[in-house]
Amino acid sequence: MKFKLLYILPITLIALMTSCKKDNYDEPTSKLSGRIVYQGQSLGFENSQVPYELYQFGFGKVGPIGASFAQDGSYSALLFDGQYKLIIPNGQGPFLWPKTASGAPDTLLINLKGNTQLDIEVTPYYMIRNAAYSASGNAVTANFGVEKIVTDPAMARDIERVALFINKTQFVSSAGVNRIADAGINGSAIADPSQISLSVNIPSITPTQNYVFARVGVKVAGVEDWLYGPLEKLTY
Amino acid sequence: MKKIISLSIISAVISLSGCKKDSEFLDIPPIQVIPTETAFSDPALVLSILGDLYNRQVDFSSLDNGWRSFADFSESFPSENGSSFIVERTGWGYGEWGTWDYAYIRDLNLFLQRMGATTKLKDIDKVRFTAEGRFLRANYYFEMAKRMGGVPLILEPMEYDYKEDVTNLQVPRAKESEVYDFVISEAEAIKDQLPADLNDRSRATKAAALAMQARAALYAGSIAKYGATTPSVSLPGGEVGIPAANAEGYYNKALAAAQQIINGTAGPVSLYKVLPNLSENFAAIFLDKSSVNQEAIFIEDFRAFAGKVHGFTTNDQPYSISDEGGDAGRLNPSLNLVESFEMLDGTFAPLPTTDGAGNPIYYDNQEDIFAGRDARLAGSILIPNGLFKGKRVDIKAGTITPAGVTGGTAGLDGPVNGLEFRTQTGFYIRKWLDPTIGSGRRGRGSDVAFIRYRFAEVLLNAAEAAFELGQTALAADYLNLVRSRAGFTTALAAGDVTFDRIVHERRVELAFEGHILFDYKRWRIAHQVWTGDPTTLADLKSNIGLATKKSTQPWGLWPYQVTGGPNDGKWIFKEVLPSRVSGSNRFQLGNYYSEIGANIRAANPKIVRQPNQ
Repeated sequence: MKFKLLYILPITLIALMTSCKKDNYDEPTSKLSGRIVYQGQSLGFENSQVPYELYQFGFGKVGPIGASFAQDGSYSALLFDGQYKLIIPNGQGPFLWPKTASGAPDTLLINLKGNTQLDIEVTPYYMIRNAAYSASGNAVTANFGVEKIVTDPAMARDIERVALFINKTQFVSSAGVNRIADAGINGSAIADPSQISLSVNIPSITPTQNYVFARVGVKVAGVEDWLYGPLEKLTY
Repeated sequence: MKKIISLSIISAVISLSGCKKDSEFLDIPPIQVIPTETAFSDPALVLSILGDLYNRQVDFSSLDNGWRSFADFSESFPSENGSSFIVERTGWGYGEWGTWDYAYIRDLNLFLQRMGATTKLKDIDKVRFTAEGRFLRANYYFEMAKRMGGVPLILEPMEYDYKEDVTNLQVPRAKESEVYDFVISEAEAIKDQLPADLNDRSRATKAAALAMQARAALYAGSIAKYGATTPSVSLPGGEVGIPAANAEGYYNKALAAAQQIINGTAGPVSLYKVLPNLSENFAAIFLDKSSVNQEAIFIEDFRAFAGKVHGFTTNDQPYSISDEGGDAGRLNPSLNLVESFEMLDGTFAPLPTTDGAGNPIYYDNQEDIFAGRDARLAGSILIPNGLFKGKRVDIKAGTITPAGVTGGTAGLDGPVNGLEFRTQTGFYIRKWLDPTIGSGRRGRGSDVAFIRYRFAEVLLNAAEAAFELGQTALAADYLNLVRSRAGFTTALAAGDVTFDRIVHERRVELAFEGHILFDYKRWRIAHQVWTGDPTTLADLKSNIGLATKKSTQPWGLWPYQVTGGPNDGKWIFKEVLPSRVSGSNRFQLGNYYSEIGANIRAANPKIVRQPNQ
């Protein structure tokens, strides 16, 4: 195939002229971030299990910018400036989210101008208090308390189970892939909710590592998502 | 003068034979499009339209949906590297299994509208075609209800008037019970307009309508009854969830519909019991397309050398017996399913691999470990040394010394971890596998029909409905009919019929027929069986026969041949979790009803979103 210089010049000119700009929109630059909190304290979830939805109106068909909270209750989204509505869908999260009269999740209105830190305040059914972990030899022990936050009899729920989970990675939860061992007791077997002690044996890990990550969690009756305390890395 | 005459003749000819009228020239009927009036004036043309509507039926598992539509749920292992995501994932997306094809509904509604309007067909044809259209429409609404719960119930084709106001086109979701009520009432209305014989089982018949009615009523009844155990899986407007008080009414309807088939009023329907070897007999139910088979009620038919075949046998035949030399063995039933088949005395037991002290048990032949079990095991599943197309499968994990050291080469059919197209669980699928010569070749394919409704399921539906209504003796009778065909000689007594028994019987009789997801969803046990916890060996071997037994990872049973020592040449078996299984099945409350996407909800704000998602 002979390259004809005569054709290359106009072709490149055309290509350059029609492809000067790859995109006619600038990327979003305003970062909305924060944590989901109760009285300033972070709530812990299973990674990617508790979703939130952001809606922006005025651009035709409406759909959610959906994402989920990280394990430590934090979230972040890179958006354009403007007015957003945030909701947490019904049935999600071990906490109460305000509802409208018709039972739909209530909207949190966000006016986004530049990077914004926004902590979302919710009312969890329970909170893990004073979690203290220790690793010794082949076992991890956790001492903690569970405080009932929602006490209104119309909305309160019982504890189904509390448990201590350990995993070799930082993602620790009740899900089968997020734990290498766990120990728990049913809610009915808790003598004193403010002082619970759980201990779990560390199984052999291949390849060997001298640390595990641990979290305690509480499962509320009738709620699918567990609520967790702070994550701790334990070296032994 | 001559010039004038010739000129005038020429001009006369031109003007007389010249241009046609505009309308004549431009109005040529199209040759690719048959206008509605023509199409609905000829029964052959109507049948071809109906044939397309039949083709668009939605099945959960189907031989032309692909082998993968039969996989998952820890009932099998996918031995294909591109499909290992099935056992690597830790759950299902909320959108999984969803369907929302209102284009199909519109085409069905248009068909029925045009059938109603046409005057050119004989009444006998018109009635039957209309009934078939209504059957297909009810069938698809049933498929939607099973997956989505309540959906907009649209029974007339809608028209857009181009006036930019679409609010009249935005139909809200009907209640879940309303969709089931529709399916049941349609089936009741059309059953006597459909043939009461079963000469053409790929078209709707009276028996098919009754079978659909029985299944739909049973499903609605169980959602009503067992939905009470998962109160958060419901919507306040009834789009998801059915009030518990309605359960009894549905169970009664289910039993009545099933009994009309059982009593023979819907044509000659009976359990297939032709071959003396009960396992061979069970396998043959799915292969025999002759009139001898009176068990199949409604099928999706195929025909070889006529353009309608499927690749199920090509994709799943044993590797060592493959017609295609390399395309084989993808669907491997799991030990979880295999061990659930009862012993012939009706008890449940894990496969005896070790004795009480933990020592391996030695078997002279590979098939001996499976002896004395439900005949449906060997009829549904190819066990080691099983026969297919006159040859035996070569399933061997390797050799083992008396000291327990493994080695040697694996059999041609595996199992070897990660080696695709051979079994990785130690089993191959047998149900649906076509023993016809050449059925495993890509060019020829297989024409085994997919059975959507068969008599054994009608009996199981009747048994379940009777059990739920407290008629345990009747339930036992129906179950015993199915079980005697499976080789059980001791009949169940009325008191033996429990929920666990019903769940178990459906699982083993209807394995790999597309029922398991819908059954576990309607009994609300899906989240109790598929918990997301890994399945340990102790989990595997305990609670066999319990409806809520955890089963989240597919295990295998690997045969090893002993070399040396007093047991030289004998076989031992080990339970093995295939190494590719890194995930576990986790069914969440939000999986009970598939997600209705944001796209649909944005276009129609009256659609209420599904719960727990």
